[in-house]
Amino acid sequence: MSQLSHLTDLFKENKISRRQFIAQVSALGLAAAVSPALLPTDLLAATPKMGGLFRQAMTGGATSDSLDPATLLASFPINVSCQLSNCLVEIDHKFQPVPELAESWESSKTADKWTFKLRKGVEFHNGKTLTAKDVVFSINHHRGEESKSAAKPFLKSITDIKTDGDYEITFELANGSADFPFIMGDYHLRIYPEGTTGDDWEKGIGTGPFILESWEPGVRAMTKRNPNYFKPNKPYFAEVETLAITDVNARSNGLKTGRLDAIDRADVKTVHLLKRVPDINVTAINSTMHYSFPILVDKQPYTDVDVRTALKLVCDREEMVKTILNGYGDMGNDHPISSVNRYHASELPQRTYDPDKAKFHMKKAGMLDHTFNLHASDAAFSGAVDAAMLYQETAKKAGIKIKVVREPSDGYWNNVWTKKPWSACYWSGRPTEDMMFSVAYAAGAPWNDTHWSNDKFNKLLKEARAELDQAKRRQMYVEMQSLVRDDGGAVIPMFNQIVEAHNNKLAHGPISAHMEMDGHKNTERWWYEG
Amino acid sequence: MKNVILHILKRIGASVVTVFVISLIIFIGVELLPGDVADTVLGQSATPETVEAFRKELKLDLPPHIRYVAWLKNFVQGDFGNSLANKRPVAELISWRFSNTLFLAATTALIAVPLAILLGILAAFYRNTLYDKVISTTTLSFISFPEFFVAYILIALFSVKMELFPSIAMIDPHMGLGRKFYTILLPALTLTCVVTAHMMRQTRAAIINVLASAYIEMAEIKGIRRLRIIIHHAFPNSLSPVINVVAVNLAYLVVGVVIVEVVFVYPGLGQLLVDSVAKRDLPVVQASGLIFSITYIGLNLLADVLSMLSNPKLRQSQF
Repeated sequence: MSQLSHLTDLFKENKISRRQFIAQVSALGLAAAVSPALLPTDLLAATPKMGGLFRQAMTGGATSDSLDPATLLASFPINVSCQLSNCLVEIDHKFQPVPELAESWESSKTADKWTFKLRKGVEFHNGKTLTAKDVVFSINHHRGEESKSAAKPFLKSITDIKTDGDYEITFELANGSADFPFIMGDYHLRIYPEGTTGDDWEKGIGTGPFILESWEPGVRAMTKRNPNYFKPNKPYFAEVETLAITDVNARSNGLKTGRLDAIDRADVKTVHLLKRVPDINVTAINSTMHYSFPILVDKQPYTDVDVRTALKLVCDREEMVKTILNGYGDMGNDHPISSVNRYHASELPQRTYDPDKAKFHMKKAGMLDHTFNLHASDAAFSGAVDAAMLYQETAKKAGIKIKVVREPSDGYWNNVWTKKPWSACYWSGRPTEDMMFSVAYAAGAPWNDTHWSNDKFNKLLKEARAELDQAKRRQMYVEMQSLVRDDGGAVIPMFNQIVEAHNNKLAHGPISAHMEMDGHKNTERWWYEG
Repeated sequence: MKNVILHILKRIGASVVTVFVISLIIFIGVELLPGDVADTVLGQSATPETVEAFRKELKLDLPPHIRYVAWLKNFVQGDFGNSLANKRPVAELISWRFSNTLFLAATTALIAVPLAILLGILAAFYRNTLYDKVISTTTLSFISFPEFFVAYILIALFSVKMELFPSIAMIDPHMGLGRKFYTILLPALTLTCVVTAHMMRQTRAAIINVLASAYIEMAEIKGIRRLRIIIHHAFPNSLSPVINVVAVNLAYLVVGVVIVEVVFVYPGLGQLLVDSVAKRDLPVVQASGLIFSITYIGLNLLADVLSMLSNPKLRQSQF
């Protein structure tokens, strides 16, 4: 028994972790002999500890932020919004739609009619019970002429929303959409009480895990635990303080000095220093976020596929991941589907830097003397100008002339992106292939930043959307990825990882790659370890 | 005293005109910037359709002069209007941030002004000695570093290494006064480093200037001690330029500290103005721009009045 008491001492003095303790004790076959005071918490390790104030800071806050879900755009307001309200569907860390406010759903055989059964007995923070009416109101907030919502294009295919009693909602679509539940998991489509308008949005009356105590856009949000939350035991924290801190150094300093428990977007240039701090954990996970250089394929001389191919070939992806992302990312293959997406085409060969082949294509197009202007600004993504310069240098080796045009950050998205023939861009990606393609690659899509219009692709997109057979769908999406890769206008050199840092007192399950901050659900998914 | 009051009244009259012209300049400036609030709030996710809907909602489809007159009418009636981006009343957005800004400026002034004047007097007293040179070099080097650099050095030293002061200077109304001072000490010190040199050099120069006058020579001949000469005879007579430079620096502390606000995450007016310009949120830009210009005009007026009062010649003169 001396070994056991030795282990117990080590454990009590924090020299070994719980896990090690349990492992050692089990190895000795002594579990039964251990004092119950030491074990119960361990055996219940799956039950997270309750309580505590969780302090997080993230980027993307502005004093002009609003909690109106139609205008959600950046991390800070999205995260706060996710603390306060829910969607019908949650997208879990495996990129699967799971029930949230909807208990279950089913579709017609052609996937053009979807019926959602609403969870019963869910209450808003003001005590009102959630009914189908609130859902219809909340979804309609993003539809129609008047709507300024970013989710408007996703909902275009809805022809009618019907309710059957208080707990059943049916969406009728113009065309079949096998991924419709994913759309209902989009972070804009949050459910708020019927009739919420104007200033009421800023009160944040939702069904969410936390209740809004104070909200100062661009500065801070304080929330406290909703004791009435519909998910059993959740959330674990008693209070959450969310700060908007744009300056990455201020965020890291706050974490280092213990003022903060978690930060988003750690600086990849200095993250190795952060890793050395003993009580800080750094997480880096592959995501759907990618950087791209979209080319408008309807502008001369980019109409020639040889020109596009040549430009794709002189992009040194390996070097870009190494220098721009400091290794925190993956090489892109000129299509927007990430390795974390369900139907990622891993069988497509990785496009690599090949100056000779590029020269061949450029010569074929007769454009070796042409100078290609690449418009970039760090507003597109952090390091965009550096990436463009690198691009210019690697192209030189193939005799292809690229000229980097530095654009002002202010107004970049209005005046440069989709306006200049070749620019830099950033995409957070989408959980499904259909959403990503429909939003940016389908003909006539509002954010089609390459003006690419490929009949075969557009036909496949429609077919795949309504296809319920997984294997067939995969086949279609693989073909579409290959079409975008070889014919499309986007040069997609890299997918960046979500790099975040937090205090090691925090515990969590597998972190989602769907959005930053564990799909912005960190406040209800994480807890403090004892 | 009568002409002082008359002067103040005249200046206030001129200030009102200035403020009006500034509001016009701000309006035209924001109009000239590419894009409007609908474009910028929707950002990358903007589509022509959503932008149009947003514009209608905000009445941005009206011609500019009509919007300006509407804004001016409300403003004159004391209604600052609502933020275009999130519909909150501008007064509510600005009031607590402005008091934060004033609090930081006042705390800094409390440290920096006495320090600068003391150092300036001492530098004048020990003119051209090693002490003078050390003071001048040190303060001048501080002013030559960018603010954020000084800020990061202070954070690295006092916050990360010594763990004495917080690196995030977020204050809230529930904090006691002492706690607030403690929280904002590092930003206040950063700003002190930035403004001290200017005031100190001016104090030193003004005193040295006065020291060349005949009456100082007279005092020296009478055998009064040098320190006494400086404090009793030279300093009061050099107050006028010192007051002016202090006023300019105080105005800077109110309007020019956005970088320090960002580094220390201090919720002041500067960040609000930058965000609002970026979002083309005109009512907020107008209101904060006017507050800034009124601060400048007011502090300059105050400096003029004070230097008049401190100078018997000006106090008596007719103008």
